[in-house]
Amino acid sequence: MATKEILTMRHITKNFIGVRALNSVDFTLRAGEIHALMGENGAGKSTLIKVLTGAEEFEKGEIRLEGFDHPIINRSPEEAQDKGISTVYQEVNLCPNLSVAENLFIGREPKKFGKIDWKTMNSRAEEILHDFDIHIDVTLTLDNFSVAIQQMIAIARAVDMSSKVLILDEPTSSLDEQEVGKLFQIMRMLKERGLGIIFITHFLEQVYEICDRITVLRNGELIGEYKIENLPRLKLVACMMGKDIDILEDIKEEQSSSKEKDEDEIILEAKGLASLGKVKPFDLSVYKGDVIGLSGLLGSGRSELARTIYGADRVDSGELKIHKKNLSISAPIDAIKAGMAFLPEDRKEEGIIEDLSVQENIILALQVKQSMFKLLNKKDQEEFAQRYIDILDIKTPSKDTPVKQLSGGNQQKVILARWLLLNPEFLILDEPTRGIDVGTKTEIQRLIVDLAREGKAIIFISSEIEEMLRTCNRMLVMRDSEKIGELWDDEITQDNIMTAIAGGGRA
Amino acid sequence: MKNLNIFKKPIYQYSLFLPIVCLLLVLIVNLIQTPNFFKITVQNGVLYGFIIDILNRSSGLVILAVGMTLVVASSGGTDISVGAVSALAGAVCIAALGTGATYNVPYIVSILLALIMGMACGTVNGYLVSYMKVQPMVATLILFTAGRGIAQLVTGSFILYVKPEQFGYLGNFIPGVPLPTPFFVAAFLVFITWIVLDKTPLGMYIQSVGINRDASRLVGLNSKLIIFFTYVFCGMCAAITGLISVSRTMSIDANNVGLYTELDAILAVAIGGNSLRGGKFSLFGSVIGAITIQALTTTLYAMQVSADQIPLYKAVVVIIIVSLQSPVVLKWFKTIKGKLSTRSHQMVKEAK
Repeated sequence: MATKEILTMRHITKNFIGVRALNSVDFTLRAGEIHALMGENGAGKSTLIKVLTGAEEFEKGEIRLEGFDHPIINRSPEEAQDKGISTVYQEVNLCPNLSVAENLFIGREPKKFGKIDWKTMNSRAEEILHDFDIHIDVTLTLDNFSVAIQQMIAIARAVDMSSKVLILDEPTSSLDEQEVGKLFQIMRMLKERGLGIIFITHFLEQVYEICDRITVLRNGELIGEYKIENLPRLKLVACMMGKDIDILEDIKEEQSSSKEKDEDEIILEAKGLASLGKVKPFDLSVYKGDVIGLSGLLGSGRSELARTIYGADRVDSGELKIHKKNLSISAPIDAIKAGMAFLPEDRKEEGIIEDLSVQENIILALQVKQSMFKLLNKKDQEEFAQRYIDILDIKTPSKDTPVKQLSGGNQQKVILARWLLLNPEFLILDEPTRGIDVGTKTEIQRLIVDLAREGKAIIFISSEIEEMLRTCNRMLVMRDSEKIGELWDDEITQDNIMTAIAGGGRA
Repeated sequence: MKNLNIFKKPIYQYSLFLPIVCLLLVLIVNLIQTPNFFKITVQNGVLYGFIIDILNRSSGLVILAVGMTLVVASSGGTDISVGAVSALAGAVCIAALGTGATYNVPYIVSILLALIMGMACGTVNGYLVSYMKVQPMVATLILFTAGRGIAQLVTGSFILYVKPEQFGYLGNFIPGVPLPTPFFVAAFLVFITWIVLDKTPLGMYIQSVGINRDASRLVGLNSKLIIFFTYVFCGMCAAITGLISVSRTMSIDANNVGLYTELDAILAVAIGGNSLRGGKFSLFGSVIGAITIQALTTTLYAMQVSADQIPLYKAVVVIIIVSLQSPVVLKWFKTIKGKLSTRSHQMVKEAK
């Protein structure tokens, strides 16, 4: 195959405030190739695409595009489009109240005597969609059609405009199998025409079905570029998740084999618990002293499983028992009263109450749990807040400082303090160490192990698999919103987990 | 908690600082323009004067502003139906009492009916906003338009007059008491609300829900119920204002009671330094805001501006007050302050 490079990005560096989003990343796209860009959320895939299309600026590096003898910088997606780079995003980015034909040609309507030539536009629209095997009335407004059709129209529009590079950012998430098949057909056709296609997806099977090459990013770093045949699934998952050498001491202690748990020690039991569209029915038993890890790629339903137990997402079926007693959880308060605590993944959206003070943020959950109307003793409030500021070493000018003024890591500690203060029996921690420095990370891990030793149970979700290896005595593996297996004690190894995630072999 | 800080923080960093300054500015203008503005005289055993007039006339607005503050804080939206609701509550009260020489029902029953009417309106608003997730302005627009219509139904489209003299006590003076009754009602309501918000965790809950609804839910708060509650409370406040208003004139004119007061109430909240996006709030800020608005109106009357021109002058002053508190101007002040202090540092250095 001719491997003429049509797009090269070199040493691309981009910082968001305080965070390095991309660190000297290289990316090369060749003519007539479908190139998968892989990585977990936050790896920098989207940022790289945004930099390429001009939606974001970048600080260092250069982008070269075939046909330009100097490095290009796109200042807006329109500029990128003019140069032959077009993008289809995950969400449909069209106007629902315009007709299909208008959507296809918006901004580049065929004109006759300075007026829009509707006839040509409509017939050309039909032709374009014909390629996709879509036969619809192009004069109807877009909102008449299903999301899948809309997505296909968005793709058709991008395909029709792109002369060199087509970027597909998770285009298949709203398509069914048949539609995906159609899309792949078209991608192959475009590939024949010599277009370069960048394909972003979370579905591993699709990558192996259609792509020629894979570039893997992790934490804003380039991990490598591989030919598809040189990178088996398992290795891809390893690349995406990272297999850094463990420099931290092993803090997990030898625990009694958790398979032979005493029935009296059971804290929580879920049977067929499910939340529609979020997590498929699962069973789970949690015993005293358990540290249960949840692994799976992002979007595999890890958080959703935890949220369903806590009542943060609606429970649609199944039953939940706490200490062998049935419990119906219709809102988080029920879970809190039953002795649960939940540290959510999204600190900013669901964790901190940003304008309230550190102290108020810490005592809020305890206040709600203890009494809806009787204010906690002011002295106690201050003492609780101060105690946890000291224990967790929260860096704040004072306990009355609005929590939004703290750094991300310290905000996380404030939320952790909020839940530890409840002295919960069962603690769900969704990415508690995200954005926290290495030293604190180890402390939080140690805290988890200590709490388990005191007889508490913990669900621990982390994107960093080493963390969970170090602390967990059980590991649930998730794929496609489904719990596909449990690993116990010695079975918990990186290889086993990855095998399970990649879908080969037993879990 | 806050008291401890009084000595640590410079005074201008207090959230109440700017609202108070604005009120003082309005009063100082009077001092120059209308020297007898602050004079209080005793006539027929009650106090008279512009200041008393401000306290009297602002009471209804203060009550509305208290309710509005909580609605804004919890939902980040405004209840624009309060004017209409106050007319409706007033209508219910008078319709129940009747126009005869004696009351048809005991006075207290009519008061309760009016309050229930106000809370029922608040229930409708609150249900739409919190459970149906209708935008607050749209949800309350329904009663904004329908409220007066319902009031007309209640009064049979007549202007009804109440005969017994005691009916006027609530909106005017109780014999033997030198201060106007509305002042006591407003003070009482503000005090009770403040106690409840400060001595129970409700104040914190309302702020918490207003700042981050999702996070509040996850700590166990029933965000919807809290928002709902604030609208019901706001409806009750509107009813109280309506009662004062009909008592003042001893009559109900459903087309005019509380006309445009929803806008003044929202303005009072804003002048009080509260963000209309919700979250943190200052009850006393809103109270001062309400008094400032009334002080402004009274000032203009005292300066003998004709009634139909008052809105114009009011608008100009409001623009000044609101922009004084805008983030842009505050930042601008800070920059100037920074420049001045560096300059004085330089001067000190040069002097050395």
